[in-house]
Amino acid sequence: MSSDTQDAFVAFDRVQKSYDGETLVVKDLNLRIGRGEFLTMLGPSGSGKTTCLMMLAGFETATHGEITLGGNPINNIPPHKRGIGMVFQNYALFPHMTVAENLSFPLEVRGMGKSEREGKVTRALDMVQMGDFGGRRPAQLSGGQQQRIALARALVFEPELVLMDEPLGALDKQLRETMQFEITNLAHRLGITVVYVTHDQTEALTMSDRVAVFDDGRIQQLDAPDVLYEQPQNSFVAQFIGENNTLEGTVAEITDDMCVVRLDDGELIDAVPVNVSGVGERTKVSIRPERVEMNKDRLAPDAHTLKAEVAEFIYMGDIYRTRLRVGGHDNFVVKTRNAPDQRRLKPGEQIEIGWRPQDCRALDA
Amino acid sequence: MSDATAGNLSQAAAESRRTDAEQTGPMLAADGRPLKQSLNRALRAQKLRALALIAPLLLFLLVTFVAPIVDMLFRSVENQIVSETLPRTVMALEDWDETDLPSEDTYAALAYDFREAAERRRHTRLGSRLNYEQTGLSSIFRRSGRGIDDVGEVYADQFIALNAAWEEPATWVALMGDPDWIAAQAEWAATEDTEAREPSFRLATGIENVLPETADAYRSFARAIQAEARNPDSPVEEEPWNTVYLALYRDLAAAPASAITGYSGPEEALLREAADAVSGFETVNLRETFAEIEEGWVEMPVWGTIETFSDPYTAGYFLASVDLRLTPQGIEPVDENQRIYLLLFQRTIVLSLSIMGLCVILGYPIAFLLSNLPMRTSNLLLILVLLPFWTSLLVRTSAWKVLLQQQGVINDVLVWMGIVSDGARLALINNQLGTVIAMTHILLPFMILPLYSVMKTIPPSYVRAAKSLGATNWTAFWRVYFPQSVPGIGAGCILVFILSIGYYITPELVGGRTGIFISNRIAFHISDSLNWGLAAALGTILLVLVLVLYWLYDRIVGIDNVKLG
Amino acid sequence: MKLKSLLLMSTGAALAATAVAAQDMADSMTIVSWGGAYQSSQINAYSDPYQEMNPDVEIVWDESSPEAVARMRAMEEAGNVTWDLVDVVAADAIRLCDEGLAMEVDHDEMLAPADDGTPASEDFGELIVSDCFIPQIVYSTTNGYRTDVAEWEGRTPEDVCALFDLENFPGTRTLERRPINNLEWALLCDGVAMEDIYDTLETEEGIDRAFAMLDTIKEDTIWWTSAAEAIQFLADGEAVMGSTYNGRLFSAIVEQDQPIEMLWDAQVFDIDGWVVPADLPDDRLARVEDFLVFATDTQRLADQAAYISYGPARASSAPMVGTHAELGVEMAPHMPTNPANSERVIVFNYLWWADYRDDLDARFQAWLAQ
Repeated sequence: MSSDTQDAFVAFDRVQKSYDGETLVVKDLNLRIGRGEFLTMLGPSGSGKTTCLMMLAGFETATHGEITLGGNPINNIPPHKRGIGMVFQNYALFPHMTVAENLSFPLEVRGMGKSEREGKVTRALDMVQMGDFGGRRPAQLSGGQQQRIALARALVFEPELVLMDEPLGALDKQLRETMQFEITNLAHRLGITVVYVTHDQTEALTMSDRVAVFDDGRIQQLDAPDVLYEQPQNSFVAQFIGENNTLEGTVAEITDDMCVVRLDDGELIDAVPVNVSGVGERTKVSIRPERVEMNKDRLAPDAHTLKAEVAEFIYMGDIYRTRLRVGGHDNFVVKTRNAPDQRRLKPGEQIEIGWRPQDCRALDA
Repeated sequence: MSDATAGNLSQAAAESRRTDAEQTGPMLAADGRPLKQSLNRALRAQKLRALALIAPLLLFLLVTFVAPIVDMLFRSVENQIVSETLPRTVMALEDWDETDLPSEDTYAALAYDFREAAERRRHTRLGSRLNYEQTGLSSIFRRSGRGIDDVGEVYADQFIALNAAWEEPATWVALMGDPDWIAAQAEWAATEDTEAREPSFRLATGIENVLPETADAYRSFARAIQAEARNPDSPVEEEPWNTVYLALYRDLAAAPASAITGYSGPEEALLREAADAVSGFETVNLRETFAEIEEGWVEMPVWGTIETFSDPYTAGYFLASVDLRLTPQGIEPVDENQRIYLLLFQRTIVLSLSIMGLCVILGYPIAFLLSNLPMRTSNLLLILVLLPFWTSLLVRTSAWKVLLQQQGVINDVLVWMGIVSDGARLALINNQLGTVIAMTHILLPFMILPLYSVMKTIPPSYVRAAKSLGATNWTAFWRVYFPQSVPGIGAGCILVFILSIGYYITPELVGGRTGIFISNRIAFHISDSLNWGLAAALGTILLVLVLVLYWLYDRIVGIDNVKLG
Repeated sequence: MKLKSLLLMSTGAALAATAVAAQDMADSMTIVSWGGAYQSSQINAYSDPYQEMNPDVEIVWDESSPEAVARMRAMEEAGNVTWDLVDVVAADAIRLCDEGLAMEVDHDEMLAPADDGTPASEDFGELIVSDCFIPQIVYSTTNGYRTDVAEWEGRTPEDVCALFDLENFPGTRTLERRPINNLEWALLCDGVAMEDIYDTLETEEGIDRAFAMLDTIKEDTIWWTSAAEAIQFLADGEAVMGSTYNGRLFSAIVEQDQPIEMLWDAQVFDIDGWVVPADLPDDRLARVEDFLVFATDTQRLADQAAYISYGPARASSAPMVGTHAELGVEMAPHMPTNPANSERVIVFNYLWWADYRDDLDARFQAWLAQ
C-alpha cells in the first residue's frame, strides 16, 4: 500500500456489503486512496466494484465497516453533503435543462450568487472546450460532447474527490482514447483525487496511478499498472489483465525463488513460484504471449524450450498472433513483432518455442 | 478535438455538395431524372404498402368513429322532417307576414300535406319533434290525424251528388293517370304475381296545367296508398281522399272558364259539367274546419313555431344547448327556471377538473412507489391498481354505496368512534362529493398507468446525479425528477379529464341531484325524451369543448410533453 | 283488393289464416322485457307453457325494455329490426305508435275473446290507450314506509301527504327523478282536488305551486332512477319513505320480510303491455300473432298474477287471480286494483304527459340541479 491510514484521503476499512442478507457482494474491503491519486477499480461485472463506488458516493450504505473521507467517517452523511463529484455511465445530464443550467445546478443548490455561478460555468465549459454549447440541450449533443459536459458538471463545484462510473463505456474506440487522455490530464492538472470504475483493462492500465482488480467481492490485487501486468499475484489477475497463456500442472519441486512444475502431459518446466506453497500442489503457470520466443536465435541461454505445433497464424498489422498446440493445450498464443525476419508459419508446422523461466509464474490453480 | 475535426469535415462536404447543386440545378439521379422525383417513386411503393397495412384499422375507425361523429354533427342541425312532412305548407308559409293567421291557401296546403302525412303515419312523428319547441303540438298533431279525413268531405259529397262517376276510382285514374302507367298497371294486375309491386303512379302529361292542385293532391294520394308496406292499395280500386275533392273544387273555382273548355282528354265532359256546377256549390272555410278539428290551428304561436322550424337545417338544437331558444320573435333566453345546460356544462368541467386533480394527488405517489419497487413487487401492486378494471362498474358503484351512504360502513364507524353523532351522519354520496369520490376511484388507474410508465423510464441516475451534485432529496425530486415526470402527468390528466367529462353511469348512480354531468342529460335525450337532435348538439358542444381544452393544453404545456410510456 | 280480403274474411278467414300461418311461421322469436321478477313471471306464465305446446320454437329474452323506444328508433333507422315483441309501459307505447315504430293492431281480430265471448277490446276496455298497445298488467307507482322509525313516535302515515309532512314524519324520502307522479302528489297535498290536477298543471301558477311544495322536501330526498334503487334505500334505512312500483314493494314486504309497509293512498295506476314492431316480415309476424293470442288470453293473464302482484289487464281475469305460486299468499289483497287499495287513485294521464313531458322535464331537472 502506498499510503497508510493517517494520510489516506479515502479509506475503506473492513467494509462489507450485502443486499439480500445472504450473500456478500463486497467481502472485507480494505482500501486506502491517497490525495491526488487516480485509482481505478477494475473487474468483471458483478465483482463489487460499482457497489464500492456507490458506497463511497453515499447511494449505498455499507453493511459493515467504515468508510472515511479526509479522515472523517462518512457512513452517516447523506450523498448531497459529501461534496463528491460524480460522472455517471450514461452521463445523467438533466434532459430538461440546458448545458449551462446543468452546470449551474450544483452551484445553485449551494446557494451561490448568479454572477459567480455564471463565471464558474463559463470556466468549466472552457475547461472541456465546450464554451459555445451552454445554450444547448443535452439531447442536441453528441456522445463525446455529453461526456465532456458530464465531466464539467462533476468538476464545476470544485470537489476534491471525483468518482467516475464507466464514463467512457458508451463512446466509440477512437473517442474513448481521446477522452482517456483528457480526463487523466485534467485530473492531474486540477490535482483532484479520482476513483474510476471500469471493466476495460486498457483504460485502467493507461489512466491510473494504481489499479484495484476486483473479483468475487474482493480486491484481488492493488498495484500500479505495470506491476499488475508484469507480476500478477494470482491466476485471476493474470487472466484478466492482458492476454495470458496458462499451462496447468503440479508443483514437482520448490525452492526459494524457483520451482519446477510438471505439466499435465508430463513435461517439466521452471517457473517463479508466486502463490504455490508446496510440492504436489496444483498450479496454473502463466506466461505472457509476448514473452514467448519462437526464434531460436533470440532465445536466452537459460530459456526453457518446448515443442509446439502451429495451429493458426494471424497477421494483425503491427504484430503476428500465432496460436500453437503446446503441452496438450491448443490455445497457446504467441505474439511476435512484425519484424522483417519473421517468417510466416504454416498451420501444422512443428516448431520449437521457449521463454525465460523468470517470465513464467506459477500461480494458484 | 476529433469531434471538431469531424464537424469541419462534414461542413466541407456539405459545402462541396452545395456548390455542386448551384452548378447543375436540381440533383439528378443516375438515369437523369431529378433526384427528388426518383426518390418519391421509390418511396411510393413503400407508402402504398404501409397504407395497405393500416387500411383495416382506417376503415374500422371510419365506420365506428368518424361516421358516428359526422352523423352526430349532422343531426345537431338537421331539421328536414318539417319540410318533408309539410312541404306545401312550408312553401305557402314563405310569404306569410306573421301578423295574422295564414291564408286560406295555406290551410289548403296544410290539408293536402296532413292528409298524406296521416296516411303515412308521419304526422305524430312531426308532432313529437315540434313538441320539443312548443308544448302541446304533439297532441294537436295526434288529434288532427283523426279529423283530417273529413276535411273536404263537403266537396266530395257535392261532386258525387252532381255525378256518381266522381265516386269511381276508374274516373280518376282515367283523368289523372298517364296512359302508359294505366297500361303498365293493367299488365301488372293480369300477372297476379304477388311478389311484384304495382308500378308507381304517374300523372298524365298536361293535367297539372289544367288542374294543378288536384293533380298534386291525387298523385300524393296514389303514391301514399301504394307505398303502404303491409297492405298496399291501388288507385285503381280506391276512392280518392276528401282532400282531392277539395283540390278539385279549388282548381275549378279558381280556373278561368277557358282553361277547362280548352281541355281535351279523358273525362272532358265530366270535367266541364263540374266546372259549370262549382259556382253553385256550398263552400266551407278551411280555417274554421281546422279550428273544429283542433283549436291549436287557429293559434298564432303554433303557426309561428311551424314557420320558425320550417328550414331543413336549424340552429334550434344548439341554441337549446346553451339555454336559449328560437322563437318567431328571434333568439330568446329560456325561462330562468328551465335553464340547466350551461350550469351542467360548467359543473361537468369543474367536477372533472377536481377529479383530475385528485387523481394526480393520489396517483403520483403510488406511481412513484411502483416505479421504484423491484419488478416482482411492482407487478403485484400494479395488478392491484388494475383490479378495479376487472370489476363491473355497477358492482363497484354499489360497493361505494354500501361504504358511503348515511347508514353505510364509513358513517357507522365514525359514529361508533364518536367522531360524528348519530343524528349528524355525513352525506358522502348522492351529491357532488359522491360523484367525485367514485369517479376518482374509477379513473385513478388511468392516471397511474401513464405516470408509472413514464416514471419507469426515468433512470435513477438522474436523482443520484442531482444528489451527488449537492441537491437535497426534495430539490433532487422537484428540480430533476418531477420535471421529467410531467409528460406522464400530462397524459394522465388528458385521459382522466376526457374520460370523466363524458361519464354518465357513475354520476347517475351516486351523483344525487347536484352531482350529475352533462352526459346524463345527453343520455336522457337519447333514450328517454328521444330528442336526438338536442343530444347531438350537446354532444357536439362537449366535443368542441374537449378540443378547445386540448388546444389550450397544447398551447400551455405542449402536446409533445405527453407520454404514455 | 279490398273486396278480395272482405270475401276471404266472410268465408272463415280464421281457418285459412291459421293454415297459411302454420306453414311459414318463424321458429324463433325475440321478446323484450324488463328483466328481474317481472320477466320471470312472464316466462312462467306465458312462454314456458307456449314452448311446451310448440317445442320447436326458440324464444330469446332481451332485457332492454327501459330503453326500448330509443333502441327501436335506432333499429328502424338502421333498417334492421331484430325484436319481435316488446314489453313497454303505456306511455312508451303511445310514443312508439306516434313515431310509427309500432304496429297498429285490431284487438278484436288479433286477440282471443274472454271465455264468455266478450270481445278483447271490451275485455281490456279503457286500458287500450293506443292503437298499437296490447295491455298486459296494471301496476301502480305508490309509496312505502319503514315501520321502525323511532322519531315518528308510533305515528303511521295515513295518506300520500305524509311525504310532505317532515314534522310528523322526519327522515329522508326517496322519489323518482322525473316530474311524473311527483308533481301530481305535490298538488294533491297542496289542496288541489284530484280532478283539477292536470288543469292546474297547465298553468304557470299551478306548476309553481307544485314545485313550491316539492321545495319543502327537496333537501330531504334522494332521487332514484331505477326502482331497485328505491327499494334498496328503504331496505337499508337510507330512506324512511318513498315511491316505487307496487310489485317491488310487495316482494320487499312479503317475500323478503322487510320492516316496510305499503301506503296505497293516491297510487298512480299505469299499464304495461306489448307492442309489435312495425313492418315485421310475414313469417315473424305470424309467429308473434300466434304467441299473442295465447299469452294474452284470460287464463294466462290470471296466471301471471301468481308470480307478481300486478293486476291482470283483462276484466275477465280478475276473478281468477289465486295465490302466490311459492308463498301461497292470497294475491288479491296485494293487487293495486283491489278495492281496499284503490280508494284514491291517480290514473296516469298519458296524453297530457305526452304534451307536457318535455317542458316539465326540463323544468324539473333544472330545479333538481340547482
